[in-house]
Amino acid sequence: MMSTHPVLEIEALSLAAKSNEALVHNVSFSLGKGETLGLVGESGSGKSLTLRAILGLLPRGVTQTGGVIKSGARSAMVFQDPRGALDPLCPVVKQLAEVVYYRQQVSRKASRMIALELLERLGLPDSLQRSDRYPSQLSGGQCQRIVIAMALACKPGILLCDEPTTALDVTVQRQIIETITSLQQELGFAMVFVTHNLAIAANLCSRLYVMKAGEIVEHGDTLDLLQHPSDPYTQMLIDSVLPLPELEGGRMNG
Amino acid sequence: MNYIQLDPHLHEGGRTANRLKRIWNTPSLLVGSIMFAVLIILAVFIPYLSPYSPTEQNLSAFLQPPSAAHWLGTDQLGRDLFTRLIYAARTDLKIMVLAEIIPFCTGVFLGMLAGYYGKWLDAAISLLTDTFIAFPFYLIVIIVAFASGAGERGIYITFMLVGWIVFARVVRGLSASFRKQEWVASAQTLGLPGVRIILRHLLPNVLPQAVVVLMTDMVGLLVAIVTLGYLGIGITPPTPDWGTMISDGQPFITTAWWLSAVPGFAVVYTGIALSLVGDGLADIWRKK
Repeated sequence: MMSTHPVLEIEALSLAAKSNEALVHNVSFSLGKGETLGLVGESGSGKSLTLRAILGLLPRGVTQTGGVIKSGARSAMVFQDPRGALDPLCPVVKQLAEVVYYRQQVSRKASRMIALELLERLGLPDSLQRSDRYPSQLSGGQCQRIVIAMALACKPGILLCDEPTTALDVTVQRQIIETITSLQQELGFAMVFVTHNLAIAANLCSRLYVMKAGEIVEHGDTLDLLQHPSDPYTQMLIDSVLPLPELEGGRMNG
Repeated sequence: MNYIQLDPHLHEGGRTANRLKRIWNTPSLLVGSIMFAVLIILAVFIPYLSPYSPTEQNLSAFLQPPSAAHWLGTDQLGRDLFTRLIYAARTDLKIMVLAEIIPFCTGVFLGMLAGYYGKWLDAAISLLTDTFIAFPFYLIVIIVAFASGAGERGIYITFMLVGWIVFARVVRGLSASFRKQEWVASAQTLGLPGVRIILRHLLPNVLPQAVVVLMTDMVGLLVAIVTLGYLGIGITPPTPDWGTMISDGQPFITTAWWLSAVPGFAVVYTGIALSLVGDGLADIWRKK
């Protein structure tokens, strides 16, 4: 499902470390309005770096050596480790309000009101509205909701998700995914979803790009790709998903 | 240097009672604060506590041993040693605190800039600090103190020039490590201005460690002030100062050893007090 007006187009993006070691090589994809695209692959395959390049936030020592990134919308990022993405010494409501203040150009007072609305929208309990709640006093899931709220405060056209559920408890993962999808339906942002969890990718994304060692080895429509992988690496990723054991009949502790 | 990991429960409730309890449970901070407080109280109220003047000479009662009238005896000019000791604390502690303010602020600020922005700014600041570190500390202090002239002003100028280095180094390292953490990257992607990130987010995170370093550094500064006084390029007589007191008592070391020993002890006492406060603060702020 290719959109006619992509909000994000990446052509032949290459990133390299200072030592000329190629980290990401010749990566191209385009993202339509409201579309969700998945970047899957093992750790170190360059998925996160690609996201950071889109944000213009490459780590020190990494430079873009080729390619073009054309972006027609604001992008915001949801990080892998939600607790690490929040200033440990600043109350969460204040951090959220601060982003609203700078991105939406409203008064301090209004920014706080908008922040509280965002908290409510993300299903965070009222107790967090007190201004003395610090990240360490929140659960991982709550922190991730705050981080998502901060990203949404930028009113992004593209939401970049860097393994947003990896650091969370499995029971919370699903809630966060559901929150993100319902917000996407409501607000209509496009999404690049980086994950190594094929189940999540299959649920969320219409198209998948499989990355290995900094290159895209295969891409295509999610169901097609998962049912008929042509690259051995994709097959390996699919095989690496452990199936649930047959529960009926079998005994769990044998 | 151990980095302080802030205790996540530090802010829990934020009740004063809770804070007092923490201080109570940190004996080093408690003892250090009490020791320092005693000195400060004595220094503040000495004009009312002592009938003697710190500078007026009484040549008929010189080099007296400790007695009821003169608790620590008198010096070679007949001045009461205890009175002079506490007046000297006034001089030395005042200079110690005042001389540390500007270096602390510049050091923390430059350290944050170097650590946060990196690149050429970091290279320039690091080059400067490394150059200073390569010189023996006292060599620089003595040269600058000589150049700027003896007395209080010289001490302030000296430490404004060299005192910031320690803070810049520590804060630079801390800021660079915080910069690699995701929340700084996050704040940048969310579009917060750099100045805002530095002042509102980086500063509170580096400040506790900087304050602990401040406590240790003040001890070093005090010793330096006293050393300059001893060498005759610090506080000038007749203003009482522990350094000049030690050097004045030196000729009488065999007959009236306490003239030099007592101000020396005062330096040690202050040093221990400040170190304990620094240790205690580090304990309180460190994650358990």
